[in-house]
Amino acid sequence: MGMKALLGLARFMAPFAAAAAAGTVLSSAGAVNMYWVQIFQLACITAVSALGLNVIYGFTGLFSLGHAAFYGIGAYGAALLMKTGGGESQAFFLASLLAGGAGAALIAWLVGLSTLRLTSDYLGIATLGFGIIMKVVFDNADAFLPQLGGARGMTGIPKMTGVAWAVMFLGAFLFAARNLVHSSYGRALVAIREDEVAAGAAGIDTFRYKLAGFVVGCSFAGVAGGLYAHLYAFLHPSNFDFFKSVDVLMIVVLGGLGNMSGTLVASFGWIFLLEGLRVALPPDYIELRWVLIPVLLVVTMLRRPQGLFGIREFRFLRDASE
Amino acid sequence: MNILEASGLAKNFGGIKALNGVDLQVGVGELAGMIGPNGSGKTTVFNVITGIYRPDRGTVTLGGKRISGLPPHSISRLGIARTFQNIRLFRNLSAMDNVRAACHPDVRYGPISAVCRSEGFHAGEREIREKAMDLLSLFSLQDRRDDLARNLPYGDQRRLEIARALASEPDLLLLDEPAAGMNASEVGKLMEFILEIRTRYKLAILLIEHQMRLVMGICERIVVMDFGEVIARGTPREIRNDPRVIEAYLGKESKDGK
Repeated sequence: MGMKALLGLARFMAPFAAAAAAGTVLSSAGAVNMYWVQIFQLACITAVSALGLNVIYGFTGLFSLGHAAFYGIGAYGAALLMKTGGGESQAFFLASLLAGGAGAALIAWLVGLSTLRLTSDYLGIATLGFGIIMKVVFDNADAFLPQLGGARGMTGIPKMTGVAWAVMFLGAFLFAARNLVHSSYGRALVAIREDEVAAGAAGIDTFRYKLAGFVVGCSFAGVAGGLYAHLYAFLHPSNFDFFKSVDVLMIVVLGGLGNMSGTLVASFGWIFLLEGLRVALPPDYIELRWVLIPVLLVVTMLRRPQGLFGIREFRFLRDASE
Repeated sequence: MNILEASGLAKNFGGIKALNGVDLQVGVGELAGMIGPNGSGKTTVFNVITGIYRPDRGTVTLGGKRISGLPPHSISRLGIARTFQNIRLFRNLSAMDNVRAACHPDVRYGPISAVCRSEGFHAGEREIREKAMDLLSLFSLQDRRDDLARNLPYGDQRRLEIARALASEPDLLLLDEPAAGMNASEVGKLMEFILEIRTRYKLAILLIEHQMRLVMGICERIVVMDFGEVIARGTPREIRNDPRVIEAYLGKESKDGK
């Protein structure tokens, strides 16, 4: 990396570093409610995962209904590494997160090889099927590795994820996604989404790039899953079922397909609304959330079918190369 | 010398023989036309040449190298570009990005470079941008570069599609009904334009067209198809007087004059 590139990275990450520092100080001083600090981290993590699905569905046009499975692979992978050999080491934690991301990417590559020749609707069914298979694998994981806990859930994971980790990872993945999207590689992905036949005729190896987009997006989910595992220190297969895939899908669609700003805002909006309603509604009516949120979704889709942001991006997420 | 040679191409869709033993040659730098009634198999020939369909029988060679059976992107990289009958632009990309996307196969930096914004990335992007701007200017689309392709007027969309095809620096350009939906004066301009890009880029061009004025006006050689077979080939003058061609288009005169 040259000087100019480093400077660009530093300028991009500065606000995230500031937020990370402020968040760490505030939470360790006890100035903010720990519950909301945790929710804030969950929102950052969800945004990383949703950003990955946006690369897959929003930019490359691949309809995936199995995103939570890759989130789970990263979560269980990183948690297993930390639980067996990590202790409390921050460096080992970072390595475990990246390993979780790499594991998700590897599985995504294998899944993609066999399913990405399918067109959109069929791909949706195939990834849905994969998600269900992975849920069953998580449910029975204790049969081959007792540490994974299976249907009783995985415990004994060190609580490593903090505000700093969550915010810095969000910043880093936003940086990577922005730079990738605004490059020749990003244009190749979007060209495939827009018209696969024309993209092929223009010399773009459509299968290879669909596979690449899918793998990259799933690696985002894998890293996010690792952060999630070490936030709550408990994993349960139901955290990675079909409905969790739909949650991320709704965030991406609400924010706007192919729009990073929208994904970011929708992730925070989604998580805080979900938890905010949990506090705001009287205990007996908490399940009313699943009436209010779908109504909100329907209204948003009727009023803004292109998503919250349409094609506008925050300034820091626009093309910086021009 | 021929740049493209297709021999014995056959393609069935279920029980329909879309192509039934088509032979076709395009010379280096030649401007050739393909005509024939609707459904005669012209676009299928294009789809087989560009790898969208795999022929059931027969082979296609480009510059002596066999290309039939290769995937579309490989064929594009070997030097064949095309446009589509029903305009297939990247509708939600700007005019600029439509052309830049087609420059991708020659990209000079890797994805890691892109994420890190290395010097190589900036140099590569400058190169792509300049090439795309040159092509847009050639097609008088430079002022439209930031407009989404789907918002361009019809004529501009047709031109942008040709610009995108040229971005891959082909030796052979296939145009599928380039004059569809154009009025007489636009067709006149298009004819001049096709001749100009052929000279400038030293291209061979094979075009499908129903507007006889264009085909007869600029094509050096014409191939006529009917029911998946080539029924005539020759110069425009020969084709115009060929009884089989007249029959394919107008039908046969009945013997007893009824």
